[in-house]
Amino acid sequence: MNGLIRGRAFKVGDNINTDYIIPARYLDVYEPKELAAHLFEGIGADYPQRAKGCAVLVAGTNFGAGSAREQAPNALKGAGIRVVIAKSVARIFYRNAINVGLPVIRCPEVVAVVNDGDEVCIDLTSGMIRTEASGGFAFPSFSEPVAKILRAGGMFPLLAKMAPRLLRRRPGRS
Amino acid sequence: MGMTFAEKIFARKTGREIVHPGEIVSVRPDVVMTLDADAEIIHRFEELGLPEVWDAERIVCSLDHYAPASTTRMADLHRKMRLFARRQGIRRFFEVGDGLTHQIMLEKGYALPGLLIVGTDSHTPSYGCIGAFGCGVGASDMLSIWATGELWFQVPESARIVLAGRLPAGVSAKDVALAVIRDFTAAGCTYYCAEYEGETMHDMPLAERFVLANLSVEMGVKATYVAVDETTRRYAARSGSPYEAILPDPDARYAVSRRIDMAGLEPLVACPHAVDNVRAVSEVAGTEIHQAFIGTCASGRIEDLATAANILRGKRVAAGVRLLIAPASRTILEEALEKGYVHALVKAGATLLAPGCGPCAGIHEGLLGESERCISTANRNFCGRMGSPASEIYLASTATVASSALHGVISDPRSDL
Repeated sequence: MNGLIRGRAFKVGDNINTDYIIPARYLDVYEPKELAAHLFEGIGADYPQRAKGCAVLVAGTNFGAGSAREQAPNALKGAGIRVVIAKSVARIFYRNAINVGLPVIRCPEVVAVVNDGDEVCIDLTSGMIRTEASGGFAFPSFSEPVAKILRAGGMFPLLAKMAPRLLRRRPGRS
Repeated sequence: MGMTFAEKIFARKTGREIVHPGEIVSVRPDVVMTLDADAEIIHRFEELGLPEVWDAERIVCSLDHYAPASTTRMADLHRKMRLFARRQGIRRFFEVGDGLTHQIMLEKGYALPGLLIVGTDSHTPSYGCIGAFGCGVGASDMLSIWATGELWFQVPESARIVLAGRLPAGVSAKDVALAVIRDFTAAGCTYYCAEYEGETMHDMPLAERFVLANLSVEMGVKATYVAVDETTRRYAARSGSPYEAILPDPDARYAVSRRIDMAGLEPLVACPHAVDNVRAVSEVAGTEIHQAFIGTCASGRIEDLATAANILRGKRVAAGVRLLIAPASRTILEEALEKGYVHALVKAGATLLAPGCGPCAGIHEGLLGESERCISTANRNFCGRMGSPASEIYLASTATVASSALHGVISDPRSDL
């Protein structure tokens, strides 16, 4: 888990679902950079331009509702988003984001005070978010499995680290 | 204090007497399913260097989201999935045209009461309709299961939803589900297991229960449960496989408990661009449509094709409207052919699509152009989902969609039944 994240906020509203983040016609794409070219294509023509150069996505309620596509957090990651702060998050999106190494923080207080384009600083280690205008906010620590996945950089790097042990556990097979 | 269905599932899977909501557990799912939209898992699995998946007998793979393929890239992903399944000895592999994975899971009896089923599709909670705990995940979570057999879960809270009263004629589970979503709103059941019971459920056949469990995803549920009864047991007995149903305790503690009256229900429709934007069909009747679609995991069953055929037999779909029909599986298509439903529908002007997801997710076969309006039996109507961001999707029951196709405008089906 990368301890300190500092960057500009890109703010979106409530109920931004996975179809808006990345339409299903790109479900045959997996590469984050390639997905990023179509980020938010489902919601409005100006979004991709506005999101450029922002590292912190600030969202309203029910962010990431809808489809189970892991392409959604991967598209965000490919576009340079390093952390998502939301009022609330849909459950599969939450898991998927953690699994691609993109931390998601549920903190409605921060969403309420941050404006589009503000500088935000997130300390994942100490659990603090600093905003330009309204000072600091504490957020609860990640659950144990989530912290473990984030520390490894995502589910795939975690499994890759476990692979030699998993190989030994398979008796009598080559 | 008793336990909810969800708590009892995780207690059984962890081998413990009791578990509490919020607890994190690592468990081994009984059955898992993956489809073409997550073909990336195959590359990732091969990169891990493991020779074999955890248990080929517990894995179901199918091609349904973009089947038949509409780009060469998709065709290549299908090819890779076929080869992988063959190499790994995954016998529960389903081809282009075999149908929707969720439907196949029931037809083959892979989904059974009391099982923990994990799938890389957000509508996996549909298996609550037969008393299984079905939970959707993404590609990396499935990779973890393929590699280790396990995945972490948080034991969810449950919402007890009592549906009171018997349904009037001309309304069905889709209308019930929309009424429930209207009541809870789009995120109103997030992280909960929605546990359904009540008089409305007693008369509800399996196909209808499926629709209710399926649509529940649109209020954020992690899983669903429809009270196990004779209908469930008849389904399970057909599979011939042993099973052990799990029922919630009468004194279970629920985070939310709600009773919704269904006796006076009328046909409903979810208006653009949110599933909880629910109105009575009577309020929007007369709205012009350009496409009508019957299919997806929220319809397309033999009962739906019978309903549509009864409304359209001997008549003609309105001029300027295209009616697309995707049976949920090949088995259903065959049955509909034998029963004459396909004949009646095609004669009425319907276009038959391959069994599978159809145009629901806006990937292929039946997209919408600018300012076009579609009435669909699907479960999502987000802006631009089926094509142009300037198009609109209305969601309704199969009867409402068939009636609307017949008249060219959104129509109350009760006058056509």
